[in-house]
Amino acid sequence: MADVEQEKDEGERKKRHGMLKMYYGLEEDKPGAATLDPCDINGAHFKPDFYLSKLIREKSLTELMDKEADMVSQIRSLDSDMQTLVYENYNKFISATDTIRKMKNDFKKMEDEMDHLASNMSAITDFSAKISVTLQDRRMQITKLSGVHALLKKLQFLFELPARLKKCIEMQAYSQAVRYYTKAQRVLHQYQHMPSFQGINKDCTDIITELRQKLRNQFKDRESTPKQLAECVDLLLQLNDPAEELCDEFLAHACQKLNMDLAELDRQIKLQMGEQVTLESQRPSQAYLNTPMEESAEIQDILEFVDLGCNGFLSNICLVIASYNDMFLNKLQEDENMDTIALKKLVNFVNALMEQYFAYVQRRVQLEKETGDNTILVRALDRFHRRLQAMNKLLPDTDFSRAGTDIVSKAAKDRVVHYLDSLKQHFADCLTDIRQNLAAPRLTGKQDGLNELLSKIQSACMDQIKSVLSNLQAFIASDITFAMKPYFRGPFCASEVREVLVVGYLKHVNSACQEFCEGSGEKGSAPPSLILILSRLCLEFDSSTISYLISLTEEQFEVDPRNNLTQVSQLCTEAKATSQTLLNHFVKVQGLAISQMLRKSVETRDWLNTIEPRNVRAVMKRVVEDITSIDTQVGQLYEEGVRNERSSDSSRRTHSHTASSLQRKQGSQWNFTPSIDNSLMSNIQKLFSEKIEIFSAVEFSKVSVLTGIIKISLKTFMECVRLRTFGRYGLQQIQVDTHYLQLYLWRFVTDENLVQVLLDEIVCSTVHRCLDPVLMEPSVIELICERG
Amino acid sequence: MEDEASVIYGLEFQARALSAQTAESDQVRFFVGTQSLKAENQVHHIDFDDENNQISKNVFLHRVGEIWHLSASTVDKNLLATCYNKTSESKAEMCAAVWRLPSDFDTLQSEDHSSHQSLELVCDLAASDSGDMKSVLWHPTGDSSNMVGIADSHILVWELETSSASAKLVSSAELEAKGQPRLTCGQWNPHHNCTQIATANDTFIRGWDLRTMEQVYTIENAHGQLVRDLDFNPNKQYYMVSCGDDCKVKFWDIRNVTEPLKVLAHHSHWVWSVKYNHFHDQLVLTSSSDSCVILSNIVSLSSEPYGHLVDNEGDSDREDMDAKDKDSVLPQDGVIATYEEHEDSVYAVDWSSADPWVFASLSYDGRLVINRVPRAEKYKILL
Repeated sequence: MADVEQEKDEGERKKRHGMLKMYYGLEEDKPGAATLDPCDINGAHFKPDFYLSKLIREKSLTELMDKEADMVSQIRSLDSDMQTLVYENYNKFISATDTIRKMKNDFKKMEDEMDHLASNMSAITDFSAKISVTLQDRRMQITKLSGVHALLKKLQFLFELPARLKKCIEMQAYSQAVRYYTKAQRVLHQYQHMPSFQGINKDCTDIITELRQKLRNQFKDRESTPKQLAECVDLLLQLNDPAEELCDEFLAHACQKLNMDLAELDRQIKLQMGEQVTLESQRPSQAYLNTPMEESAEIQDILEFVDLGCNGFLSNICLVIASYNDMFLNKLQEDENMDTIALKKLVNFVNALMEQYFAYVQRRVQLEKETGDNTILVRALDRFHRRLQAMNKLLPDTDFSRAGTDIVSKAAKDRVVHYLDSLKQHFADCLTDIRQNLAAPRLTGKQDGLNELLSKIQSACMDQIKSVLSNLQAFIASDITFAMKPYFRGPFCASEVREVLVVGYLKHVNSACQEFCEGSGEKGSAPPSLILILSRLCLEFDSSTISYLISLTEEQFEVDPRNNLTQVSQLCTEAKATSQTLLNHFVKVQGLAISQMLRKSVETRDWLNTIEPRNVRAVMKRVVEDITSIDTQVGQLYEEGVRNERSSDSSRRTHSHTASSLQRKQGSQWNFTPSIDNSLMSNIQKLFSEKIEIFSAVEFSKVSVLTGIIKISLKTFMECVRLRTFGRYGLQQIQVDTHYLQLYLWRFVTDENLVQVLLDEIVCSTVHRCLDPVLMEPSVIELICERG
Repeated sequence: MEDEASVIYGLEFQARALSAQTAESDQVRFFVGTQSLKAENQVHHIDFDDENNQISKNVFLHRVGEIWHLSASTVDKNLLATCYNKTSESKAEMCAAVWRLPSDFDTLQSEDHSSHQSLELVCDLAASDSGDMKSVLWHPTGDSSNMVGIADSHILVWELETSSASAKLVSSAELEAKGQPRLTCGQWNPHHNCTQIATANDTFIRGWDLRTMEQVYTIENAHGQLVRDLDFNPNKQYYMVSCGDDCKVKFWDIRNVTEPLKVLAHHSHWVWSVKYNHFHDQLVLTSSSDSCVILSNIVSLSSEPYGHLVDNEGDSDREDMDAKDKDSVLPQDGVIATYEEHEDSVYAVDWSSADPWVFASLSYDGRLVINRVPRAEKYKILL
């Protein structure tokens, strides 16, 4: 309520003021539109008649009554407001009149004091004029005298100059001497024609020449400090020696010192390189001199080396550059041409030396091969890099940090190559380990090692590459300055670590494995089990290891895989191909080993004159044994695989069935011997059976591998049989042997029909090669086989 | 242009001996020897009419036994030598003999086929007791009437007197090595005045000088397994090719016996035979017990200038063609064709002595296949 009242109050006041303003014609803040309304009772253009008629026309009686009452009350309040205002204004007028009256009195008093002051001032002016008139003569005299005094002083200085200079030189206060001389020089020069001055001049020149000589000597002295040098140069420049010459001399001198630093670096490198030799040669002399301190101080690690370079060479060259800048560049502004020449000289000089320095650092870094730990190297490189960046600021127009980064990149690259080599070495070591393990399994009494060996080599490879990666991460640690440079980091992570190291390693593993397949002919090459393990290893690489390693690398080194890099899929394909090659090779090697046994057994026997078979030949048992052991080996690493299923007892039945059908078929053949039938039969048989690819690729499963081996062996068996001539019992022996093989081999292969077909073909071929083909009764064969 | 289909001729018996009629230089003719323990063996004289794509045959009886190896004389087209298996109840031995054809095609057109003529025996090649005969080689150029026989571990040289129908053993040499070495095959080197032969036993290849009957070089471990066949490049005097049970074909320079010049591994089983084309030595035929015959182009080791481009560029007619197959302008080593007409192991293959583009292959089931070098390849070589 109170608020509303206040607002109303406020509004009323405004209205009141507004009306007064209007009354006095202060209408500037009124918007024009409002004032034009003739019905606005507060507006300037209010027309009472119009308003009244409007009201009467529009309003009802009660409204008019209300309006009237409202108007009356408004008029009343306006009247009282007016009264209040008039009263307030009256009061203010009265107080203003009082104030003005008071001011009139005060001004009268002040006027009097001002008059007094003016009169005093004029008196002072008079006095001062009088004094100056009296003193004027004396002043002239004094000025003259003091001029003479100064001249005399100067002359005295000139006369004393030679002696002074001498004394200064004696006291080695060269700068003082130069200051004196430069002061006097111009005068002496000006008054050269006077004999007395001429003498002085000559003396001075002589002394100064001497001084100059001294300075030069000092300048050339290798012992003098840079500060002394700077002073010398400064003085010589003041003596107007040619700046260019000085530049050269200065730089030559600096060069000597810097070369000493470089020589020290060189010595360190040599020590590092010929460590043993140098120590050996030093030992006797050390023994004589008894300085064991030397030895420990001799060889420094890379960090110390870089420190030595930074503190010695780099800080010296900075000093040289700084003093050169001070001495030559900043002073010679008057001669723009000179300035650029001097700058060019400096840049050339610095560049040449830095080049040398970089060469040394590079050589030293390259020597840093052996350590497994990168931290020192990285710290050293970081220090080196930082220091070079600092140097960049000193000398414009040159970019040493770029060259420095190149060295750093080179070092990183070398490390990567080094690691790659050690990884390769490690892989070779792993292989040797496995070979040894395989060579002496009987000693440990364990034959089930293949699985463990596989997991061992796999984890060894992974661990090794992981440790290498973590070592290399030192190069991109966040506190290393060069690691943040994009032109270092990008190529290092992507092309070095990922491509050269990881991809390179994976490719190496591939090619190393491939090599085992190529040297197939040589005897005593890789043991088959090793080939089997490697085949499985490559398969593992394909299925998981490669993608894991690559993603690990990409994660750790923040490599963007979308860039133009070797694709994971490509690596996987390669690994898979290698695995396939290895497995094929394994099949081939094992197949050939068994073939060899079978071949020898067929070739060396006289098949015409054998006795009636009573036993399965030992070599067949051996073949079955070998195949069983291969089966267990492969079974450790590869899954069983798909087999054309058939129950075991049915297979035996099938066999006896085929055997009897075979006999029937053959019986018909050799009874009336038309050879057309003969070949026809076998051809028809072949039409229905698929062509058997002998040395074909195998699948990654146990049965497929075994099938491959058995195919090779049986084909050999057949080819050998065809080269021989058999007697009746020879044929029967083959029958027994093949039946035995059938009994034991079916379980290893994908399709037992295949074994059956091959064995049938062997018997068939034998029948052809037999002089007296009489087949044995199947029951007898079975009996013999069961007994054997 | 379609290549003409291969021609197949079936024998009744199993067979592994095949030879071109070497002395015949006009007609495409081959000899095939059968291998049967029970029936009478035959030598089939095959004539191939290239124009009509037809085969005609003459069958001669070879009564003494199954034929394991057959070679035709290089001089007299009516002479041939066989190595055969003489079997009895308890013994089988390999002998060799020289035979004369009783008649040729020209004289024998009307004869009926029911009764075959027998081969006329010229003379037995006496091997004394050197073991089983493996193969008989005729002098490559026919300049001398000497013959070489490869027995188990012996090399025998005979001088053949056709007039008196006798063969005199001139000299022999025995291969001495541990473990009873058995020679598997041999080949007469047509270079160096025909004074050298090469033999193979197990994984070794050995070169012999016929004048001194001594070994001149040895390729140890030429193949991972047994060496099955050898052949000399007819035009490059030091080049040799070998094949074996390791499924590989290897090319050798006999001056450097440590490393092969090139290794081919296209077969999937043992390679039994390898033959250089006599006219274009970049063409090499191999046959294998994987039932395939492979024709390879080994231009890099041939007497043809390797890497030589088609140099008649001024010839505007051919320029279009050149542009079309620019890739094939530079001949590359590789397989020209793989022939898979056989169903069984192919033990023998040989080039025709008359037509450089025709060759025959023989599989164990008695199938003889006559093929031609693909036309495209032929023109590539000729043009």
